[in-house]
Amino acid sequence: MSVDLPVRATPQLTDAELTELTVARSAYEPKAGPGLAWKAWQSAWPKLLAVGIALALWEVVFLSGWKPAFVLPSPGSVLQELFDRAFRPGLFPGTTLWEQLAKTMSRGVTGFALAIAIGTLLGVAVVQWRALRLAIGSLLAGLQTMPSIAWFPLAILFFGLTETAILFVVILGAAPSVAAGVITGIDEVPPPLLRAGKMIGANGLNRYRHIVLPAAMPAYLAGLKQGWAFSWRSLLAGELLVPIGGASALGSALSYSRSTGNAVWLLALMIVILIVGMVMDAIFGIFTRRIREKRGLTGAI
Amino acid sequence: MTTTSLSTTPRPTGNGEPAIRIKGVSKTFGHGADFTVALKEVDLDVAENEFLCIVGASGCGKSTLLNLIADLDQPSTGTIDTGGRKVAFMFQEATLFPWLTAGQNVDLALKMRGVPKAERSDKVAELLQLVHLGGRQDKRPHELSGGMRQRTQLARVLAQEAEIVLMDEPFAALDAMTRDSMHDEIERIHAELGLTIIFVTHNVRESVRLADRTVLFFSSPGRVKTEFKIPFDRPRHFEQPGIAELSGQLTDQLKAEVAAHVR
Repeated sequence: MSVDLPVRATPQLTDAELTELTVARSAYEPKAGPGLAWKAWQSAWPKLLAVGIALALWEVVFLSGWKPAFVLPSPGSVLQELFDRAFRPGLFPGTTLWEQLAKTMSRGVTGFALAIAIGTLLGVAVVQWRALRLAIGSLLAGLQTMPSIAWFPLAILFFGLTETAILFVVILGAAPSVAAGVITGIDEVPPPLLRAGKMIGANGLNRYRHIVLPAAMPAYLAGLKQGWAFSWRSLLAGELLVPIGGASALGSALSYSRSTGNAVWLLALMIVILIVGMVMDAIFGIFTRRIREKRGLTGAI
Repeated sequence: MTTTSLSTTPRPTGNGEPAIRIKGVSKTFGHGADFTVALKEVDLDVAENEFLCIVGASGCGKSTLLNLIADLDQPSTGTIDTGGRKVAFMFQEATLFPWLTAGQNVDLALKMRGVPKAERSDKVAELLQLVHLGGRQDKRPHELSGGMRQRTQLARVLAQEAEIVLMDEPFAALDAMTRDSMHDEIERIHAELGLTIIFVTHNVRESVRLADRTVLFFSSPGRVKTEFKIPFDRPRHFEQPGIAELSGQLTDQLKAEVAAHVR
């Protein structure tokens, strides 16, 4: 005896049903990510932990009595000093921390802006003229390795103990890196993109504006970031060596605090300098990351 | 499938003069020990509105020839006359600008041609619609699949409204299904716009699928070996009878050439 098995027709799906199936799949797609607060915490806790460990080590060294307290004060007293200098400036004579910070930053920004202008023009000129590249290409690389502090004696001879001397060294510190960024960026524009640009008729100035410069942007930004790091170092060195007007800027305040034996103030200033460096680095980091994300240069390898 | 009519009317076919006339073109690279002859005395005429495929092994100089026609490089001897026709180039890799979205890539081609800003955004949408990329306008190249990138490149090529389109193995990196649909696309656009196309490939069957005429290139130095009229009516299909047979015959010829050359 045979058993009749129910015959099942091959399912014929209509377009609507197919769409429904596809739409239903979206239920398996990932839900919205974790909240912003959670993300911030995720990235913040390792940093906070590191700061905590550093402070703890400092405290241990302080308690061990390795150095007397007027040379190595406790972290608590330094943080207190920092807080007072920032929010209770009335307690101290002379220029405030904010004025010193503003002075240093305005020198840094002015010098860096000039370095960008000079470095960019120089970089474009080197790319454009072969003879110029042969003449000063290796010199530019050499200048990058030259510690900018080595320029100070010459700068002081030229300009005396003036703002110009500081500016001169800040520019010399940053401009070669900016120029190098321009040169690498333009040299390394992928040839297929240049060919594609030529085929759509981007010639002359348009070639630079729409193809070469955007393509060179990541390397240019890297050059700017390095340039800023160099100019920031040169600037602080300059303010230490060329003290103008007492403790009017971060570097000269640093020098002043040492000469008056005020270790608490000295360490507080060093923390400010470190924070400024980190903030600037983070700003460049945001730009770099944004540009890389746009071009699909981040993520899984 | 959405069908968008092409805004450009087919151009009138000319007076029987070839659209591209290549005469005695040779191209050499390097000096001394590095000296190589990439192309040797190539003579080739391409008729107005013709779909010509150039087939040959790697390194036979087919890409070099396209570069010469596109004026991206100059021939060592000989002349190439395109009668002042505008030339567009579709590259093997989708050379989209990674800092622009798909739409902006197409827009830049329009802008370089001097299309006024007011007309451009509609035109971009229309061109992307034409290559079935409607709604992908704001995607960046890295967010698109290989096939979509080539479609975007095709839209950028069409934005140039060139009479001659050079294609250098544009579908070599695509999967078979995507390639089939791109073939349909190219065939339709070729017919509707009355373009003159030179399509370089190492895939004999692809050439039989697409071409009015296929030219076999011979390697080292590159030169024209033989040519074949492809007799099938359009629209064609990759799997249709006849295409496989003809491809087989052409492949045999190509193999014989390679063997003869090796000996």
